[in-house]
Amino acid sequence: MQYLVSVIDDKVNPGSTDRQPAISEFNDRLIADGYWVFAGGLADTESATVIDNRGGQAVFSDGPFVESKEYLAGVWVWETPDLDVALKLAAEASKVCDRKIEVRPFG
Amino acid sequence: MSGIDIQEAITAAHRDEWARVIASLTKRFGDLDIAEEAAAEAFATAVEKWPADGVPPNPGGWLTTTANRKAIDRLRRENKRDDKHKEALVLTDDDPPEPLGAIEDERLRLIFTCCHPALAMETRMALTLRMVGGLTVPEIARAFLVQETAMGQRITRAKAKIKAARIPYRVPAAEDLPARVSGVLAVLFLVFNEGYLATGADTDPVRHELTAEAIRLTRLIRALLPEDGEVAGLLALMLLTEARRTARISASGELITLGEQDRGAWDAALIAEGHRLVRERLAARVAPGRYQILAAINAVHTSARDVRDTDWSQIVALYDQLSRLDSSAIVVLNRAIAVAELDGPEVALADVDRLEDKLAGYHAYHAARADLLRRQGRSEEARAAYDKAIELAGNTAETAYLTRRRDQLR
Repeated sequence: MQYLVSVIDDKVNPGSTDRQPAISEFNDRLIADGYWVFAGGLADTESATVIDNRGGQAVFSDGPFVESKEYLAGVWVWETPDLDVALKLAAEASKVCDRKIEVRPFG
Repeated sequence: MSGIDIQEAITAAHRDEWARVIASLTKRFGDLDIAEEAAAEAFATAVEKWPADGVPPNPGGWLTTTANRKAIDRLRRENKRDDKHKEALVLTDDDPPEPLGAIEDERLRLIFTCCHPALAMETRMALTLRMVGGLTVPEIARAFLVQETAMGQRITRAKAKIKAARIPYRVPAAEDLPARVSGVLAVLFLVFNEGYLATGADTDPVRHELTAEAIRLTRLIRALLPEDGEVAGLLALMLLTEARRTARISASGELITLGEQDRGAWDAALIAEGHRLVRERLAARVAPGRYQILAAINAVHTSARDVRDTDWSQIVALYDQLSRLDSSAIVVLNRAIAVAELDGPEVALADVDRLEDKLAGYHAYHAARADLLRRQGRSEEARAAYDKAIELAGNTAETAYLTRRRDQLR
C-alpha cells in the first residue's frame, strides 16, 4: 500500500531549520527497510505557478492555489503493508522533521 | 417452541453472536462493509426461517454459514459487473469453516479496528456500537442525538476510510498493546458516560441502553484480556456507578446526590461484583492505573452503609494517587469535594477557586463552588454560582437539582 506523506509547516510558527542531517539519516533507514519510494523537499509556496486550461486557453497565475498559514513543505511516498506501519513511521518523521505530518493513502 | 421462545432465541443469538459473525466475515473477506451487510441479512433470514424450521442446534454456526453465503452471493453479483480482483475471494468458498473457538480472537481484532486512533473519537464510538455491539444505525443515532442519515454517513465514511487507508484488521503488537487497549477503554468509558450523564434538554437523564451496552462490551474485553488491570478497573468503575443508577434520580426526575441517596436502593449484586474486582486488583500488587483508582474511590463510597461512615481520608488519599497519574483540573476539583468533608468547606473552596482559569466553562465547577458557598452561609455568592451552573449543565436531572437548591437559598 502506498501513502503520500506530507510534511506540513506553519508560516507563523515554523519548525526548526537544522533538521536536514536527521532527515537524511531517517531516509537511509526508510530505504534500508524497504519503505522508501520517493522523497522531496519543496521550494517556497511563492515559487508556485497555477495553470488553468479548462476554458480553451491556458491561464497561468502566480503563487499557490490556496493561501494558508499552514502549507506543504515536502512529501514522501512510502510503501508499507498497512496504515499502522505508516503511522508509526510518521510519528518518527514528525519528530525528525519537527513538523506536522499527514498520511494519506493513494486511491 | 412458542413464538415468544423463538423471539428470545433470536434476541439472544443477536446479543451473543453478532460480533462473532461480523468478526469472522471481516477476517475472511477483508471488508467490514460486506461483513455488516451479510450479517444483517443472515439475522433477517433467521427471523424468517427459525419460526418455521426451529432454532438450529448451533445458532452461531448457522448464522456464520448463512452470512458467508450471503457475502459470497454479493461478491458474485459484483463480479458480474466485472470486478476481477473479487474473483479471487470467491474462490476461497471451499475453505473449511473455522472452528468457533478460534474466533474469540477475531472479536478482539474487530474491537481494535473499530477503536483505531486514525478514526475520530465519535466515529470510534459509533462504529464500536454498530460492529461489536450490534446496535442498529437508528438506535445509535438516537443515543447520540443526531439524525439517522448523519449517523449512517458517519459509519459509512469510517468503513470507507478503514478500507482506503488500509487500517489493519489485527490485534496490535505487544509493544503497542497498552496504548491501544487504553484507547479502546476510553471509547467504552465515553459510551458509558454518555448514557450515565446524558445531555440534551428533551432527553432522559440516564440512557440505560448506553450504560448497559458499555458494560456488556467491557465484560467482553475483560473476557478477552483477563490479565489487564485497567480493563478490570474500568469494569469495576462502571458496575459501582451503575449500581447507584436507580437511586440517583428521584421520581420527579431530579438528581439525588451521593450523600442523599437511599443506599438500600443500590444494586447489591453489582456492588459485590465491583468490590470483588477492586480486591482482585489490590491483590495483584501492580501500580494501578486511572480506572483502577477511580474504581477504588467508588468502592470506598459504596462500602459505607451511611454517608457519615464514608472514609473521606481514604478517598482524599486515592485522589492524591490519581493526581500523580492525571494532573487535570477535574481531578483536583473532585479531590476538593472530598476535602470539604474532611477539612471543611473553607479549605475546599480555596482549592476550587484556584481552578477558575481552567474550569470556568464547566458546570460541575460552579456547582461545587455553589455548594461550598452555601455551606458557609454565603448565600448571595452561592446563588450566582448556582445560576452559572444551571446555565452550563446539560443534564435535565442535574438542572432540576441545582434549580431547587438555588431556590431554597435564603
